[in-house]
Amino acid sequence: MPEPRTILNENGELLADSPLDLETIQNLYESMVIARTYDHKASAMQRQGRLATYAQFEGQEACQIGSVAPLEPRDWVAATYRDAAAMWAHGYPWVNLVLGRTGDERGGQAPEGVNVLPPSITVGGHMIHAVGLAWAEQLKGTGAVALTLFGDGATSEGDFHEAMNFAGVYTLPVVFFCQNNGWAISMPRDRQTAAETIASKGAGYGVPGVLVDGNDLLAVFAATAEAVDRARNGGGATLIEALTYRMGPHTTTDDPGRYGHTAAVGMWAERDPLERVRRYLERNGRWDADWEAGIEDHAHEIVEAAVAEAEALPPLSSDEIFEAMFAEPTTQLREQQRLARGERAHD
Amino acid sequence: MAELTYRQAVARGIAQEMDRDPTVYFIGEDVAAAGGVFKTTEGLQDRFGPERVRDTPISEEAITGAVMGAAMNGLRPIAEIMFSDFFATCWDIVANQIAKARYMTDGQITLPLVIRAANGGGARFGAQHSQAMENWAMAIPGLKVVAPSNAHDVVGLLAASVRDDDPVVFLEQKSLYASRQEVPEGEIVGELGKAAVVREGADITVVALAAMVPRALEAAETLAGEGIDVEVVDLRSLVPLDVTTVLNSVVKTSRMVTVEENPRLCGWGAEVTSIVTEEAFYDLDAPTLRITTPHIPLPSADTLEDLAMPSAETIASELRRVGNG
Ligand SMILES: Cc1ncc(C[n+]2csc(CCOP(=O)(O)OP(=O)(O)O)c2C)c(N)n1
Repeated sequence: MPEPRTILNENGELLADSPLDLETIQNLYESMVIARTYDHKASAMQRQGRLATYAQFEGQEACQIGSVAPLEPRDWVAATYRDAAAMWAHGYPWVNLVLGRTGDERGGQAPEGVNVLPPSITVGGHMIHAVGLAWAEQLKGTGAVALTLFGDGATSEGDFHEAMNFAGVYTLPVVFFCQNNGWAISMPRDRQTAAETIASKGAGYGVPGVLVDGNDLLAVFAATAEAVDRARNGGGATLIEALTYRMGPHTTTDDPGRYGHTAAVGMWAERDPLERVRRYLERNGRWDADWEAGIEDHAHEIVEAAVAEAEALPPLSSDEIFEAMFAEPTTQLREQQRLARGERAHD
Repeated sequence: MAELTYRQAVARGIAQEMDRDPTVYFIGEDVAAAGGVFKTTEGLQDRFGPERVRDTPISEEAITGAVMGAAMNGLRPIAEIMFSDFFATCWDIVANQIAKARYMTDGQITLPLVIRAANGGGARFGAQHSQAMENWAMAIPGLKVVAPSNAHDVVGLLAASVRDDDPVVFLEQKSLYASRQEVPEGEIVGELGKAAVVREGADITVVALAAMVPRALEAAETLAGEGIDVEVVDLRSLVPLDVTTVLNSVVKTSRMVTVEENPRLCGWGAEVTSIVTEEAFYDLDAPTLRITTPHIPLPSADTLEDLAMPSAETIASELRRVGNG
């Protein structure tokens, strides 16, 4: 197994120059704290019956915050059900993410100017959407790029291969970011593909593949920043494989005890992406317990406010589900809408 | 007799056929070590080993394409597509290849395979994980389409599907997985294309499928208290379609209502209705009526999903309109 690129080791020591200054690292650390706070809150709300099934991302915060950090607002993010942190980091509001999990389709409406697609629930399709987003930017000549996040399991879908191939053939400004978290529901990574690494798959499409330590915020940032730079300057796509671990079950309805996922959790806990940055900041006099308490309070405020806003919204009406179907509802839909209201279909 | 859930009936049906026939294999995503995301296939890998019960990568085209290849080469494979919505990701294999191989070889290639999937709504999974896609499958010449409404039929129709020489799309309604029924021990083998009259009645024929069957039965009970005597026909398979049982019932009651979970346009109820109006028009005393989900994706919010899908209450109130006069 080739060694993944690491900049910050588990003790919070630099193995290479940091791509970021201390203040930026403090900000990204705070983002990771907010993300984890949301993740815990959402899991708790699911247990209380306030949210539908939820896919936790704990352990993957460095992947999600670090890969989005090099983007400009005009760039795009196309991600999955497990990528709430990445979506939020690029401007998708927490309240939308909460609504999405209460089954409210308004959660899928990105605010004006936020270039984030709604989370992909079927595995794979969004990687090709990213290709299309990037292609449009290329044709418009804007220099904007698309970042797509997906799991190791998603690379088994034909969508992955077709997306990579298009990106290679058309030299598209897209960054493929694979969060290899070791599992796809019950399938361990080594049963998903016989290839030693997912990064190596890039070669088959003429797309460079890069392997990074996915629990190292700085390595994730550096690898993605380089890929974004290449894409922006006409160099085409990059495939990044970030090695990380899914610390929880696949979703809140999954029981990972059934398939031997739990054994490695302890080892990965020692590589916690937040703890690593915390140690680094502390070594550099940028972390103390008071500061931590302050950002944690702030994180709770942000998350609680989003939850309160989502829960205060009057529920989506049955009329809205008909209105959302077409720009102008068809006559037949109007009739069915009347039937759903308990009225007669025809006057 | 033991009580069996619809969920357990799946594993029992597969095991019954794997025990009997060494050419039966079973593959799918998360079906083996984890026993299925709906726990429908628990224990099968322990019992039959990792060669015959196999977890696959997330590759629906490879799953369906590989069972097609294996079926052309002497096996009787069963594949699982986790959610029936994902048939859309492998529709080339299913609709263009599997459905047409026999026809395009003038009957030489037979494909004795079954593709199972969790189908339909009622479990709050939203637009891309709740579709009732029986009408997609029914629209493709060359596919058989089976959709049981109870645990006993899951076992029997699964067995019949495995033994059938043609490709079968086998749709388990996911909101029924927890439903229970007394199911006798021993081998159970059903018959494809045989509807069941699950409640006899004199006034209105209600034709239903899968999750709509228990809802139609509940509506029938309500109406019994109001003096309307409803007969409920469980179609059990759409291809082949048991027209005879439907027509016999309509001739008796003179009224017919179909209850479909699939979105409205081109649902199977339209097909059944057109057959009935062509064959039994002069036996009808009232216009036929279709109850369906509107032509919308299924909402994931609980109240809206409940509103969209035909419920026992909406079925009952529509049946009152049809009346018995
Ligand atoms: C087309 C399709 N097939 C199967 C599924 C069911 N499914 C949902 S998530 C998942 C595992 C995905 O694993 P991976 O891509 O590694 O991402 P992770 O969940 O680990 O983040 C599967 C099989 C789906 N949603 N869509």
